[in-house]
Amino acid sequence: MIKKWAWLIGILAMPVLSDDGIFDEYRDLMGDDNPAIFVIDEGEALWFEAQGPLDTSLERCDLGLGPGVTAGAYARFPRYFEDTDSVMDIESRLLHCMQTLQGRERAVLLAKPYSLRGDLGTELEALVTWLAAESEGAVIAPEQAHPAEREMYALGEEIFFYRAGPHDFSCATCHEQSNMRIRLQALPNLTNHDAAAEAFGSWPAYRISEGLVRTMGWRLQDCFRQQRWPGLRLGSDVSVALQTYMAVNAAGGVMTAPGLKR
Amino acid sequence: MRPLFKTIVLLLGAGTLSTGVVSSERLDAALAGSFVDNGQATLDRLEQDPVQQACNQSRSTPPDPAIASNLRQERLDAVVFPLDGEFLGDWQRGAEVADNGRGLQSSDDPEQPNGGNCYACHQLAPDEVAYGTLGPSLTGYGARGQSEPMLRYTWTKLWDTHAYNLCSHMPRFGAQGILTEQQLKDIMAFLLDPASPVNQDL
Repeated sequence: MIKKWAWLIGILAMPVLSDDGIFDEYRDLMGDDNPAIFVIDEGEALWFEAQGPLDTSLERCDLGLGPGVTAGAYARFPRYFEDTDSVMDIESRLLHCMQTLQGRERAVLLAKPYSLRGDLGTELEALVTWLAAESEGAVIAPEQAHPAEREMYALGEEIFFYRAGPHDFSCATCHEQSNMRIRLQALPNLTNHDAAAEAFGSWPAYRISEGLVRTMGWRLQDCFRQQRWPGLRLGSDVSVALQTYMAVNAAGGVMTAPGLKR
Repeated sequence: MRPLFKTIVLLLGAGTLSTGVVSSERLDAALAGSFVDNGQATLDRLEQDPVQQACNQSRSTPPDPAIASNLRQERLDAVVFPLDGEFLGDWQRGAEVADNGRGLQSSDDPEQPNGGNCYACHQLAPDEVAYGTLGPSLTGYGARGQSEPMLRYTWTKLWDTHAYNLCSHMPRFGAQGILTEQQLKDIMAFLLDPASPVNQDL
């Protein structure tokens, strides 16, 4: 196991710190250079590209601030949409726009929304990355005016503490205490405002270990994989509820995404 | 047993209602509609047993003391000690089990042995720097000796930590079938054998 980490320690030639120090160092070395900038450009191009049976771009997609408004839209998710009568995260909203504006099939869009290791990124990942960049510096302010939005928060809180599976893991197992880490990886306390803001505001993020941008929807799927739970469906109630729980706990913080992670 | 279980369910039901606007029906429906079978990680894993139900809430709202006490005793009574009376296996194999984070994930090969992933949360051998801090450091654990009560205590912790601390974050490695009896013996040796790296100075 030591070998697995030795390259990092070797490169940085520093003692092991009690927090995310090694990856902080890496981030410092990278400066403002985040490989996600290429994915941002790709996402922007995809937004304006005519696609699907209707040969239409996503320019009229309503992300909650009106058709075509992208600046600051990410920071207001998850939110209720009247046209679907549901609370949506940004990923499921994008899928909705691809279906309704471009005439594309949901089953096809859902066949592979996230990259596997070694892939070069998916359309959804690129669009989400660009839209997050369109909210960089914006205050995290998820809508909570509609009863369905507040119900999603309450559901998210229930799910957060729900223990299940052979290992008895819940989200809270790793994310209800401060200043803890798993192996060397620092764990944000998502019940705490400051930590939730830093964590939630930094996704989507470029994962150095995978060479890919990962979205919050993917992050939740991968958490549940590690929790030994079954597969989480993109845009499902549990996914949207947990994103609502995190976003509301993070409200008032600042969007820094796309982040740069181990 | 059955009346006790009923009482637990009733009390927990009342607790759930008082905490928010989410009914247990809504929670169940959300769970059922949000997950799909994924390899060995199947939907039945979302059903909670009484211990999981009792520990649903955050640590600031612990379960009712009477319920917790009954559940703990049940867990304690259900611990299965080594059939041959031998608690200590091979610390070298135990070190591998402690290091291995795989097992029971949808991405894992069910044919391969599960790991204990002890280092995810505990410091053990002092020369392993990649250890987590969710659990206490176990470096030097062997200083506690190998008396019968210490062997039984440590075995119980590994078999079913909830027998002592009902809502501990630690998995029930024996009771849930995560590790085999032999793997648990090997972990015991890794913790308690004076020759184990856990018990060496760096």
